[in-house]
Amino acid sequence: MATLLRMATAGSVDDGKSTLVGRLLHDSKAVLADQLEAVERVSRDKGLGHVDLALLTDGLRAEREQGITIDVAYRYFATAKRSFILADCPGHVQYTRNTVTGSSTADVLVVLVDARHGVVEQTRRHLAVGHLLRVPHVVVAVNKIDLVDWSEQRFTEVAAQVHRVTTNLGIESVQVLPVSALIGDNVVSRSRQMDWYTGPSLLEFLETLPADDPSTRHTETGEVDRPLRFPVQLALRPQGAAVAEELGEYRGYAGQISSGVIRRGERVVVLPSGKHTTVVGIDTASGELTEAFAPQSVALRLADEIDITRGELIASAQDAPVVTKDLRLTVVWLHERALTPGAKVLVKHTTRTVQGIVTSIDGRLGLDSLDARPAERLELNDIGRLRLRLSNPVMADSYEQNRGTGSLLLVDSQSGANLAAGMIDGTGAVGLDEEGL
Amino acid sequence: MSRQLDQLAMLESEAIHIFREVVGELERPVLLFSGGKDSVVMLHLAAKAFWPCPVPFPVLHVDTGHNFPEVIDYRDRTVARLGLRLVVTKVQDYIKDGRLAERADGTRNPLQTLPLLDAIAAGRFDAVFGGGRRDEEKARAKERVVSLRDEFGQWDPRNQRPELWNLYNPRHRVGEHVRIFPLSNWTELDVWRWIEAENIELPSLYYAHDRDVFRRDGMWLAVGEANQPRAGERVERRRVRYRTVGDMSCTGAVESDADTVARVVEEVALTRITERGATRADDRLTEAAMEDRKKEGYF
Repeated sequence: MATLLRMATAGSVDDGKSTLVGRLLHDSKAVLADQLEAVERVSRDKGLGHVDLALLTDGLRAEREQGITIDVAYRYFATAKRSFILADCPGHVQYTRNTVTGSSTADVLVVLVDARHGVVEQTRRHLAVGHLLRVPHVVVAVNKIDLVDWSEQRFTEVAAQVHRVTTNLGIESVQVLPVSALIGDNVVSRSRQMDWYTGPSLLEFLETLPADDPSTRHTETGEVDRPLRFPVQLALRPQGAAVAEELGEYRGYAGQISSGVIRRGERVVVLPSGKHTTVVGIDTASGELTEAFAPQSVALRLADEIDITRGELIASAQDAPVVTKDLRLTVVWLHERALTPGAKVLVKHTTRTVQGIVTSIDGRLGLDSLDARPAERLELNDIGRLRLRLSNPVMADSYEQNRGTGSLLLVDSQSGANLAAGMIDGTGAVGLDEEGL
Repeated sequence: MSRQLDQLAMLESEAIHIFREVVGELERPVLLFSGGKDSVVMLHLAAKAFWPCPVPFPVLHVDTGHNFPEVIDYRDRTVARLGLRLVVTKVQDYIKDGRLAERADGTRNPLQTLPLLDAIAAGRFDAVFGGGRRDEEKARAKERVVSLRDEFGQWDPRNQRPELWNLYNPRHRVGEHVRIFPLSNWTELDVWRWIEAENIELPSLYYAHDRDVFRRDGMWLAVGEANQPRAGERVERRRVRYRTVGDMSCTGAVESDADTVARVVEEVALTRITERGATRADDRLTEAAMEDRKKEGYF
């Protein structure tokens, strides 16, 4: 079965990330003849002695003019074994914001390190962001290994630096690989220059990574299902004689299963009302199912006539999320305007949007170790902890337990801009039962 | 049992989620529908997303006037079958009364922007679904799934909202609107594989057929009402098919024997040239042709 792997790449300035991405696309034959001709022509026009594969990925005029990458770009390539969606996150401008964006949907984060410089400040930041966003796998590609004479000793030193950082952060799965993106060594095919290296090439490694399965995400064994979470997007209630004749009085609740498995006949709870009912039908336009799992989009029919609207959540009756108006969050602040306590925001969580007030800022996280230090405000690209009081309850899991019901956006109510990416750490109110979080 | 979605099922589920989110959050969406394969796939996805309810929004066609007759026929049959409201805005009307001027090269694709923006304003549409894919072109690779347009319809690529998880944010101010691209993560091959898997009918010109064509700018252009060969351009009968369908005057055919969907899938899997590179003169104008048009409000 053809599976899809979502990867994000991050690197600091001049690590050769665009070249690596270009190399992956080129050597996996994802670059078609006309694209390559265009790159060859521009390389010649610029008087370059080689074909600059970075030009494949720099899409905007300003990027090509300034030779930098501004925004996250998405690339697509496939090998005989697997298809890839690659979020290419630039290291220049807004790199924390870009890496957070790319990491939020990634199954694997590929961080580039220049072999000559080893682990630098930005490497630590990228790894910390990957860890905060709970990207399941991390790969560190030690690039420009040709510029240190393909030295095993230098590679071992850099790998040790990487492992010190990842151990500090608590990252469990990390693979360190030597590559030369410019020459194309150990990117797609195995190294011809490093006889001391016996591991896989970067692409080989990515091809064989366990494909992500959101229903079992974050579990070490990959066997334990997350409990059912089904945020309701819409109620489907067709009107009209033709439909009524065929389906009777149809009432289905449309949504994408955020985590877990749902079976026909299963007892579920509808939140926030807390009413219990039974799933009597799982529908898709292609036919009825007896069971469905994340991330399938389906419509559920329920035994009881409960009035359910967008923003409510259907959950496992045995293992429901916490219904709460108080949240403790880790946030990445994404806006130019700084955050101060008392700020009023919109909170977009699953299919539900409520109002919120930031009741306190509990600290800013140092990115090398993710320790919290006292802070009165959060500026652009800061990562911090805060407490939020909500106008209406949300159905919350901790982000560590569940990426879908553990994540939220803070949104500006005037402009609609995204202010922050939030990851739920727990509930904030004193005395509130935190079990299940 | 294995609880793992294959690639197409994953992409389909993601697209359906996006359709439902936008309908859940906004008041007046519209779907761009030309009869081209990406818009056909979009409409099929929309029908699946809201089944058993009808598609809850109208469709909009920006008609360049340089049409392939079989595509217009297909458009009208499809709209009738699904019981949809079709809004058509015509570039020809704009040229007739002088709001737009015909270009020297005769190409009308770049002229679609003004009628499109006028139609969005007139219909008070707050969300416009388009079939754009990130694999099509370098500027499109930077596009969000939910992409904000200012009151002039402009795209500001340097100031896009970060798009996290599957939390799509379509909020906007009065006068602004959002463009929605549910096929963002699909490739040309995914589109064709899904057409095959879902057994979707397409206009016949997507499959190999014999046609009178002439060579211009390295492409095979069809002879048609608005598309006549110039001096020195020789008309030949060739076996061709179309990879994209747009303005007849700038959309080229490719030589092909792929006369079934299975053979097209095979051909697309083996091709060495992008669909736009092979068939769209308008994207070849400059290195940033698409970016410039998108900034102005093009789809």
